[in-house]
Amino acid sequence: MSARNALFIYRKELTEWLRDRRTLVSTVVVPLLLFPVLTAGFAGLAGSLLDKAKTETIPVMVLGGEDSPAVLAELRHMKDLALVPAAENWKEQISSKQLRAAIALPEHLQSSLASGESAEVKIYFHQGDLKSSLAANRIEKSLKDYRDRIVSDRLAARNLPVSLLHPFAVKQENVAPAEQVSGAALGGLIGYMVILLCMTGGMYPAIDLTAGEKERGTMETLLTSPVSRLHIVLGKFFLVLTASLATAALSILSMGVSFLLIEKNASALDAAPSAGAQALQLHVSFASALSILLLVLPTAVFFAAAMLAISLFARTSKEAQTYLMPLNILVVIPAVASMLPGVELTPRLAVIPILSTSLLIKEIISGTYHWNYIALIFASTCLYAAAALFLAVKMFQRESVLFRS
Amino acid sequence: MIEARNLCKHFHDKKRGLIRAVDHVSFTCQPGRIYGLLGANGAGKTTTLRMLATILQPTSGDALVAGHDVIEHPEKVRAAVGFLSTATALYPRLTAQEMVEYFGRLAGLDEPTLKHRVDDLFARLDMDSYRDRRCDKLSTGMKQKVSIARTLVHDPPVMIFDEPTLGLDVMAARSIVSFIRDCRDRGKTVIFSTHVMSEVEKLCDSIGIIHDGKLLAEGTLAELREKYAETDLEEIFVRIVAPLTPAEASA
Repeated sequence: MSARNALFIYRKELTEWLRDRRTLVSTVVVPLLLFPVLTAGFAGLAGSLLDKAKTETIPVMVLGGEDSPAVLAELRHMKDLALVPAAENWKEQISSKQLRAAIALPEHLQSSLASGESAEVKIYFHQGDLKSSLAANRIEKSLKDYRDRIVSDRLAARNLPVSLLHPFAVKQENVAPAEQVSGAALGGLIGYMVILLCMTGGMYPAIDLTAGEKERGTMETLLTSPVSRLHIVLGKFFLVLTASLATAALSILSMGVSFLLIEKNASALDAAPSAGAQALQLHVSFASALSILLLVLPTAVFFAAAMLAISLFARTSKEAQTYLMPLNILVVIPAVASMLPGVELTPRLAVIPILSTSLLIKEIISGTYHWNYIALIFASTCLYAAAALFLAVKMFQRESVLFRS
Repeated sequence: MIEARNLCKHFHDKKRGLIRAVDHVSFTCQPGRIYGLLGANGAGKTTTLRMLATILQPTSGDALVAGHDVIEHPEKVRAAVGFLSTATALYPRLTAQEMVEYFGRLAGLDEPTLKHRVDDLFARLDMDSYRDRRCDKLSTGMKQKVSIARTLVHDPPVMIFDEPTLGLDVMAARSIVSFIRDCRDRGKTVIFSTHVMSEVEKLCDSIGIIHDGKLLAEGTLAELREKYAETDLEEIFVRIVAPLTPAEASA
């Protein structure tokens, strides 16, 4: 008897859990498919959209310029632009995405150029439309190239070197390693996903092992056996924890594999990865994957115990689902908050469960290990987990909960 | 042997206030005899039996089951009790054999004893053909036998049956009744609750009539018949739980 009974309970719950088809879906299929689909889908979609926007011929309208045929000819020669005849409703055409942008040439542009006066060329675009914004950038670049050509011609005409205009060049260069760049971009998302899957992985077993047993009438059968209620909770708790961690581990694995695939894909495209794939390139080392799993452990304990305690109170599985809904929201809010740019670990945030773990995962993915925070968050989450487990044990000893009618 | 001494169980209900589900109930069941707890729905039968099986804790009072105190040593009591009711279901995703083995292990049997006990039970109850079939794929009759094997696997000296025939068809109910008799013949202490008069007449060596949480009358069938000068148990039962008012009696 004694602790061996908890093991018997655990083993039996594991057998039943593995034989349940729903387990396969929530623990294996969802996490294994979610990340590849999410990353490949996003990377592919974002990449192809951006690439397309960067190479498409831009339908653009030129406003004015009747008195500047040379400039018009220059615009017509730009290979990126497809000039559309001028029309009164150009603004609507931009809004309705028929046009990407419009170029407004001032009056007498050609003669001002000839006389060396300054003039202003305007590009009209729609800021709410990504394609229009990208097109405006490309048009601006083409126009600047044209302007530079005029300047060099003028300098050449006066026998002056081009370097006269550029005494020095300015260039930005990134010093952050690739993992920190991607960590900032994606770390929040990954922490969120791992935590969420950790909860959803344990949710179904938590309901099935408590309210489900009451509903099917097996709870009373179990209570007639000599095993103590403490051992019943522990056995059940370890199964929910197993389900939770299995889901989290599989999701981390699947995440690693899908990022690896993207990277391979990107290098297969011969060092010219599409913009989308580049943004999603993530370097999650084995060490950080392991640290994430370790950090998720107390959070998983917390979830498992809390969900057991809550769903035990319910009489049926349906009722349990209703009770767990608010918990869902409570988990999603801090997890989403950690995805917001600029939300970073502070001592105060470090004691908020879930949010702190999510933020810490974000940091670890970007390669930063703040040991003080890691210790603080691990300890505080362990404390919450212990409290939840204590509550679950207490709930199992209450007749009014076990035999609620 | 079962000795219930002034067992009480009170519940708090938001609408109805304090409910005395079981109110100072005392009785004794001897080994090799069947004690029938007869009462209408809500009389307190299930609550009494659950307290004896230590699934519920008495509010006050005490009981000895197979020599163990239900409050001091509930785990020892449960190890000595086989509890069967229509509410005690089987795990759908375990096979018949796994189900019985599971409860054998929880009762603390070692593996050789368990194997021997399971083989013996499956042969005795003629269950070998569906040993490895999952419980959710079994017929009602088969499930009944698995439940019986589950209650017997640790060979308990005390058997508690809570309305075991409720909702069963004639054949399944008959097999339960013969199983209860079999338990008595093997020298076990048997207590069972029912609201079916014919079952009591067929089976019980002693009868306790419970109503509104109180044990109103107790004795063998012969004793009750003599006391109330009536042969029909149903008439006796009605006389006890709803005694005639003086006006009705004179009329």
